[in-house]
Amino acid sequence: MQVRVWGCRGSVATSGPDTARYGGNTSCVEVRLESGDVIVLDAGTGMRPLGVSMHHDSPSEINIFLTHLHLDHLQGLGFFRPLYDPSRVIHLWGPSSPVQSLADRIAMYLSPPLFPVHLEEVPSQLTFHDAPETPITIGSATVRATRVTHQGPTVGYRIEEHGRSFVYIPDHEPSLGADLRTQPTEWMSGHAIARDADVLLHDSQYRDHEYAQHLGWGHACIADTLAFADKAAVEHLVLFHHDPYHDDEELDMLLGDARAAWPGMEERVCLAFDGMTITLDQGGVSVSEPAS
Amino acid sequence: MDRANALGESRPARHDGGVTDAVPGPSHSLPLILARELAANLATPMFLLDGRGMLVFFNDAAALLIGKTFGEVGEIQGSDFHKHLSLTTVDGRPVRPRESAAGIAFFQQRPAHKRVIAQPYAGVRRVVDATAYPLFGANGEMDGVVSVFWEHTDEEPVA
Repeated sequence: MQVRVWGCRGSVATSGPDTARYGGNTSCVEVRLESGDVIVLDAGTGMRPLGVSMHHDSPSEINIFLTHLHLDHLQGLGFFRPLYDPSRVIHLWGPSSPVQSLADRIAMYLSPPLFPVHLEEVPSQLTFHDAPETPITIGSATVRATRVTHQGPTVGYRIEEHGRSFVYIPDHEPSLGADLRTQPTEWMSGHAIARDADVLLHDSQYRDHEYAQHLGWGHACIADTLAFADKAAVEHLVLFHHDPYHDDEELDMLLGDARAAWPGMEERVCLAFDGMTITLDQGGVSVSEPAS
Repeated sequence: MDRANALGESRPARHDGGVTDAVPGPSHSLPLILARELAANLATPMFLLDGRGMLVFFNDAAALLIGKTFGEVGEIQGSDFHKHLSLTTVDGRPVRPRESAAGIAFFQQRPAHKRVIAQPYAGVRRVVDATAYPLFGANGEMDGVVSVFWEHTDEEPVA
């Protein structure tokens, strides 16, 4: 599978030269499978350029898996060009709720007065599904969701294809009320899908000294992200959901913190950036580097 | 569909057969994980049963009551809990697993409250108020049961 990051910023989009290297679009990741199928993870503002790229190069059926419905993971949906193409079949997946359907919850944003077009009026063929807590098959891959600790109903996803596994948990506070270093793995939020992943994209919003001020906000600090990845025995860790107050320089320092804290694993941890590509195939895993 | 469980009995399905026969996975459900983290940070004795009726955790405050840590007891069938802490009614009758607050929460899938006498295998008898309630995840299935023991104070009547 081929993974491309279209947005990796957390909370709110940023623009300007200070965040140009790692990018300012919010969460959106494209996964192209060997079968030709396309999976999209989250619908942050990175979905707008993704939709442009898909205009002439994507199958007629697209599966969009939402981890949750916070605006930074949903705001790009209304600007996703395939949504306005009547020939497109779009499956939207998201965490279930005992109170409201996924369509009704998404329509709270995609309707006036917050958005000019109502979700019911978009011309593409939309269907809505609960995030699959048992594996489902999409083309040549399987996709499975599990609920994780964040504010409100939230899931992470594991995609497997030909023995390779890609795990996406962009918003996650795994250490809430617990010490990950001593926590048995069966009691760790998210461990069920992250275990032995070839690549894990994981929340790393805060530097360690910032975390105390943000306890319970639903995001991880670097030490916890590393502890989580270590206990899950992942091969490659991609730090994701960058704090909007972290410019490129501070993100470099954050990566330095991470590499210093994970001796022997320095080459296996990196920062996500807009445009990053990750290839997982029989030959292994290759990750692109940001422009210097 | 009914199914056997670790309490050695069966409980009714919720909704339209919503109790699944899922093989226990490597991880617990998120509601149970969050309940455990709450328990671990409380000074009140708290016990957790999973959706199969296994006692999967109790906190340090409960360990003080029982005289053993959870690490020493380990995961056990709910029906075996009496080997570590016997429960009797205030008039001295043994409380069967199905009649305990946790048993009612598990089998009848509703909250329950009972005043009982708790006595560890080698320890002090205490009058406790036991409150238990089922945990239902967002998919409507019961993920487990939380049971909290409140030690009875002398100021209150025991009856």
